[in-house]
Amino acid sequence: MKFAVLAFPGSNCEKDSFYALKDVLEEDVTLVSYQAESLAGFDAVVVPGGFSYGDYLRSGALARFAPIIPALKGFAGAGKPVLGICNGFQILTEAGLLPGSLQKNTAGKFICRQQKLVVINAQTPFSSRYQAGQVITLPIAHGDGNYYADEETLQELEANGQIIFTYQDNPNGSVKNIAGITNQAGNVLGMMPHPERGVEEILGSADGIQLFQSLIDFFTADEVIVHE
Amino acid sequence: MNKTQLQTPEVSPAEIEEQRLYRTLGLSDHEYQLIKDEVLGRLPNYTEIGLFSGMWSEHCSYKNSKPVLKKFYSQGPKVVQGPGEGAGIIDIGDRQGVVFKAESHNHPSAVEPFQGATTGVGGILRDIFSMGARPIASLDSLRFGTPKTPANRYLISQVVAGIAAYGNCIGVPTVGGDIAFDDAYQQNPLVNVMAVGLMDLDQIQVGAAAGVGNSIIYVGAKTGRDGINGASFASAQFDSEHESQRSAVQVGDPFTEKLVMEACLDVSQNHAAALVGIQDMGAAGLVSSSAEMGSKAGGNGMVLDLDLVPQREAEMTPFEMMLSESQERMLLCVKKGSEAEILDVFAHYGVEAVVIGHVTDDDRYRLVHHGEVVADVPVDALASQAPVYQRESAVPERIKNAASQQFVPEISDATAVLKEMLSQLTIASKESIYETYDSQVQTNTLVRPGSDAAVVRIRHYDKALALTTDVNGRYLHLDPKIGGQIAVAEAARNIVATGAKPLGITDCLNFGNPEKPEQFYELDQAVMGMSEACQKIGAPVISGNVSLNNEYDGVPIYPTPMVGMVGLIQGLEHITTQDFKQAGDLVYIVGQTKDDFNGSEIQKMQTGAVSGQLFDFDLDYELQIQNLVAQAIKEGLVQSAHDVSEGGLITALAEATFGNQLGIKLTSDLTVRQFFAETQSRFVLSVRPAAQAAFEKLCGKNAVKLGQVTAEDRLEVTAKDGQFDLAVSKARAIWKGALHAVSSK
Repeated sequence: MKFAVLAFPGSNCEKDSFYALKDVLEEDVTLVSYQAESLAGFDAVVVPGGFSYGDYLRSGALARFAPIIPALKGFAGAGKPVLGICNGFQILTEAGLLPGSLQKNTAGKFICRQQKLVVINAQTPFSSRYQAGQVITLPIAHGDGNYYADEETLQELEANGQIIFTYQDNPNGSVKNIAGITNQAGNVLGMMPHPERGVEEILGSADGIQLFQSLIDFFTADEVIVHE
Repeated sequence: MNKTQLQTPEVSPAEIEEQRLYRTLGLSDHEYQLIKDEVLGRLPNYTEIGLFSGMWSEHCSYKNSKPVLKKFYSQGPKVVQGPGEGAGIIDIGDRQGVVFKAESHNHPSAVEPFQGATTGVGGILRDIFSMGARPIASLDSLRFGTPKTPANRYLISQVVAGIAAYGNCIGVPTVGGDIAFDDAYQQNPLVNVMAVGLMDLDQIQVGAAAGVGNSIIYVGAKTGRDGINGASFASAQFDSEHESQRSAVQVGDPFTEKLVMEACLDVSQNHAAALVGIQDMGAAGLVSSSAEMGSKAGGNGMVLDLDLVPQREAEMTPFEMMLSESQERMLLCVKKGSEAEILDVFAHYGVEAVVIGHVTDDDRYRLVHHGEVVADVPVDALASQAPVYQRESAVPERIKNAASQQFVPEISDATAVLKEMLSQLTIASKESIYETYDSQVQTNTLVRPGSDAAVVRIRHYDKALALTTDVNGRYLHLDPKIGGQIAVAEAARNIVATGAKPLGITDCLNFGNPEKPEQFYELDQAVMGMSEACQKIGAPVISGNVSLNNEYDGVPIYPTPMVGMVGLIQGLEHITTQDFKQAGDLVYIVGQTKDDFNGSEIQKMQTGAVSGQLFDFDLDYELQIQNLVAQAIKEGLVQSAHDVSEGGLITALAEATFGNQLGIKLTSDLTVRQFFAETQSRFVLSVRPAAQAAFEKLCGKNAVKLGQVTAEDRLEVTAKDGQFDLAVSKARAIWKGALHAVSSK
């Protein structure tokens, strides 16, 4: 499976995603510059964490104007999987690929810790290796992770099964404890926790492996169908 | 131009002399005379006086500390680069080097805590990547007054927020450090940042500009009027008459630094043939970086055209441009003819880069502004010929008159005293602070903040680095020499406890006013003590920083030489943490315990001060114990290892229960008091029952078995004359909540 990991000026987790996919999952992975204009040939895209353009205006607000964004929108529109992690989640909401937005944590501070999450929907390309209701641990590291959406959007998210992960002990004030959501089609996931930091027991958690493995299952199954 | 006076817009050379304006820039009468008579043979103009005031400040010249710093042990077979460059380098095998240095940002943080802290982080990171190394971790050593006033709580929260804002954004994990609170730092906090980088040893860059005709390239943010003459400011004393000097503090921009860093690393790694030298524009900005580069090259001069310097504000004078400490700037020397190659790299990263001058065949440092020469001085006079002062030393009265007997703690209820101890801010958990730092970015952090030392792996190799900062200013206050030895020894104990071998240290020497003999004594003695310990342990000093004049209204801080130590772990299976791992494991104390209470946390807690003669300390015994613990870990006999330090044995035992929420049931023939003693050279270890025989054979009488780890929520320790008995969950709640409770008032 061919993964692209995007790199914007100010991204700082692109190599972490790169190494997680290459060294731990042993997949084909390429770092793709924000200046590129095509994602042709890739099977999935990771929009990594960091502080794109310094996040001085609003987290992710400037990255949505980068040259790569039209290609990313086309990629998502074609139903291919896009995973936005942390700042990547923020960029996806700013780019209109995911509903809602991410505000400052209620405590007003950056929080870096191991966080327990509940898997709400285990029937997506990103979560099929988990069980619904399963509690997993992944690291969080963000200052603006407080998810907000209006009531109507929240009802849609719930009705469509778009809420994938919630926090067990809400660290940032997110509405409905939301930690990760997909778009309506289910092929774009944005999440504040860092699955790429949770792929080795030696780092404190390996629960993130199943997320990437789910994607690989999805792709492999898809390929089989295509070949038939 | 020789012998004539160079005119600049501000004031005339004659006015500078008549009105002694150089004094306001931090130069003494003696230094002014030296510049006028010996160096120039004419009256210096305002720009030139500015250059000297920056370069001859303590911060840049080490004029007061040089004779002391020479005493440091800085040799060793693994030292690739010792003191003198942006940062030191130690060989860690596989053609790799670990690069590290620490820097203080005390005065800027006192007046503008957020920006003072951000620029502290930014500055030290530039020192690391200027060597060609990628920063892989940073640590912060902080000293504050107790957070009992709103002003102090503001200061603390802003310093912490500043560190978080910069480190988190640039993507370098903040993996550790140390924080202590004492009223000695009430008006003069200490903000020391240590950064660590990793490099391939064939890519070392140095800050030298050699080769006539080579170009000097300015890189990064534009120059503004921020931080002008900050080096002199940082080298001056504080008092209540001159509270606010916010304009002397710079503003940090981690996003720009991230771009500058990536571009500079690209140049170092992929365009090395075109690059002659590279240096951070830190203290004393453009003048310091360029003059040091020129002087280090030896025999060459330099001319800079100031009209080419990117400027953020209009009508900046040469004085302002040369002494601005605007952040996120670097200076490069590039081979003649290769300029376009280098400028293209910076353009690719969106970083401004401009040729502003070139290396000349004489030894002059010349500045041109609007077509006129505005400064013309010998380059070595600026960078390497600052006067050096051998300051007078006198034993402070408090040390001369110190009582020889040790303090005797008053303890009627052992458990109650333990609870009180766990709520002391210096002992209490710092989680509410360090969880605001991204400690995991780069996904190499194996041991996160909160253990004796942090551990960061070297990706793709079976090895890791252990990193720590340490110093107890109270010990140095009572005895600067022994306190200096202990600072190094305790840092080494932290390193050894993780399973690492100490490689070397960096330091921030935070002291008072060297012109006062009693304060100079502290600096001189501390350095001697540190150096002895470094030599004994085999951990040379490879870089460091000096921060003098840390006094307020004439009262100095405790002498506080922060020690930043790096160790190497060969084989990730040897990584050891302080937490007890499993019920049934045996608990040992390694090293002797005595009635050592002067300077201790319990003395401070019970009397409100530290006093008396510091207890004895034996470096040979320290090394023997460290080697023993290192050997036991290497042989795979140890489940957990924790250094015994502030708060004594009972505090170390309690801390070891918190991580995995296990209990202990122990018995000892030590007295309850001795459980709070701060005798050095001790570790708490836990050992699997299966390893008991091998462990006891190795340690002999140096290890005493105290009992067992239990699955119960109970800390039960029976001493000779009393008992500690408390739920672990209760102890942990006190320890975890104390700092948060105070700081969120």
